[in-house]
Amino acid sequence: MLHIEELSASYGEAKVLTSAGLSVAQGEVATLCGRNGAGKTTLLRCVMGLHPGSGKVSLNGTDLRGRKPFERARLGLGWVPDDRGAYATLTVAESLALPPMRSGWSLEQIYEAFPNLYARRGSMSTKLSGGEQQMLALARALRMGSRVLLCDEPTEGLSPLLVQRVGEILRQAKQQGIAVLLVEQNLHFAAEVADSYYLLASGRVQQTSPADKDLLTYLGV
Amino acid sequence: MLQHVFNGLVGGSFLALVALGLAVIFGMLRVVNFAHGAIYMLGAFGALALTGEAFWAALVVVPVGLGLLGMVLERTVVNRLARLDPLYNFLLTFGLTLVLQDLVKWRYGVQSSPYPTPAGLGGSVDFGLFDFPAYRVFVLVVAAIVCFGVWFLLSRTRLGLIVRACTERPELSAALGVNVGRWVTPVFGFGVALAGLAGVLAAPMRAVHPLMGADLIIVVFAVVVIGGLGSIFGSVAAAFAIGVLQALSEAYLDSALVSQILVYVVMAAVLLWRPSGLFGREESPA
Repeated sequence: MLHIEELSASYGEAKVLTSAGLSVAQGEVATLCGRNGAGKTTLLRCVMGLHPGSGKVSLNGTDLRGRKPFERARLGLGWVPDDRGAYATLTVAESLALPPMRSGWSLEQIYEAFPNLYARRGSMSTKLSGGEQQMLALARALRMGSRVLLCDEPTEGLSPLLVQRVGEILRQAKQQGIAVLLVEQNLHFAAEVADSYYLLASGRVQQTSPADKDLLTYLGV
Repeated sequence: MLQHVFNGLVGGSFLALVALGLAVIFGMLRVVNFAHGAIYMLGAFGALALTGEAFWAALVVVPVGLGLLGMVLERTVVNRLARLDPLYNFLLTFGLTLVLQDLVKWRYGVQSSPYPTPAGLGGSVDFGLFDFPAYRVFVLVVAAIVCFGVWFLLSRTRLGLIVRACTERPELSAALGVNVGRWVTPVFGFGVALAGLAGVLAAPMRAVHPLMGADLIIVVFAVVVIGGLGSIFGSVAAAFAIGVLQALSEAYLDSALVSQILVYVVMAAVLLWRPSGLFGREESPA
């Protein structure tokens, strides 16, 4: 479904990614681990077209090279950013109505899955709690009908109960055939939802598993 | 007193229309359009070129024409500097101001040109306690309708939803499938058209001369800073408030100079108290 090959990216002189590659199949949750500053967010931004990078990214066989972020979103990439992507000038209902593609979950499904969002549909998005903002970011991607979710640390700063809820939502998405590329530091959470694991270190990506002693040592788990 | 407040609201109308355009452009493009004052001046000269009975036509034709000119300028020059330091666009629009001013000076000279009160708006309107000149009432009504229209457009329509989202977080909006680039040129043109409309409305009331925009734009910048950079509501509210403050201080302190200084004192006080302006918000992460 999502295939990344030979992806390289830099910030000025500093090379962040060097020939990175990974694949995520339909209905698969792939977790990308790595230390802070390893380039995990950069990799997601390159896939979304928000950061320049060389190499090949394809979605369902469609080469995404040269395509702008809005085109990539319309082709099926769902962006769930690490800052939760809340708008100060848009209500919850408006945030859900913003994407031009709304072929995924219906509003009824969204509000049934996220009752807090229904209760606060008239509130400005930035007035929501951190957990509610995270739910809104996930709900927006699911409403868009995204086929691949790019989730950047969705559990960061959330209470254990909300972490569990995020896990439930990702599992539900997975059952519907949605692929998830999950950047996650919380390896315990990742172990609950992920099918495959990748470690990003020194700009390179290698496949691994949570049982991998080196990975646990590397992440300090 | 009531008369001075009314005159202040009329003066604030011009500030509001120009500030509204400036705020919309800054919000979406992060471009401080210094040429906005020159566009206001071109609006007044556009009305002058179509003088007399053609005022009503000028009210439509001139803003639309200037809006189209704005779109061409955005596509050809402003857009090219979009990814650079905002200072480059500031210098570019400052340069454009000088070019436009000199072109008008070359064609019309530096002296003020008179503009007659439009037919049908020459009398006064009786409000019971006071009579107000009909044209001034007309300006206030037009400004109020335009400000309400822009508010309605931005807060109650899908187009407004997209413009608000792109204005606040263009990168995130693009990642959500919104074609941000498609809206940049029309928004720039719309902002320019508002300044052109203010210029047409100003022609019968203000001295029409090549530097009239340069005089106004500095006050408008102060208004936009007081209201909050990028805040549409803040810019309009601050424009009317500053208009009234100027009219009252001119009337009771009997000094145009003190009146001008007061605007900047208010701006400095607001910046010290709330650096993002009265209705502005802290920059969100991109």
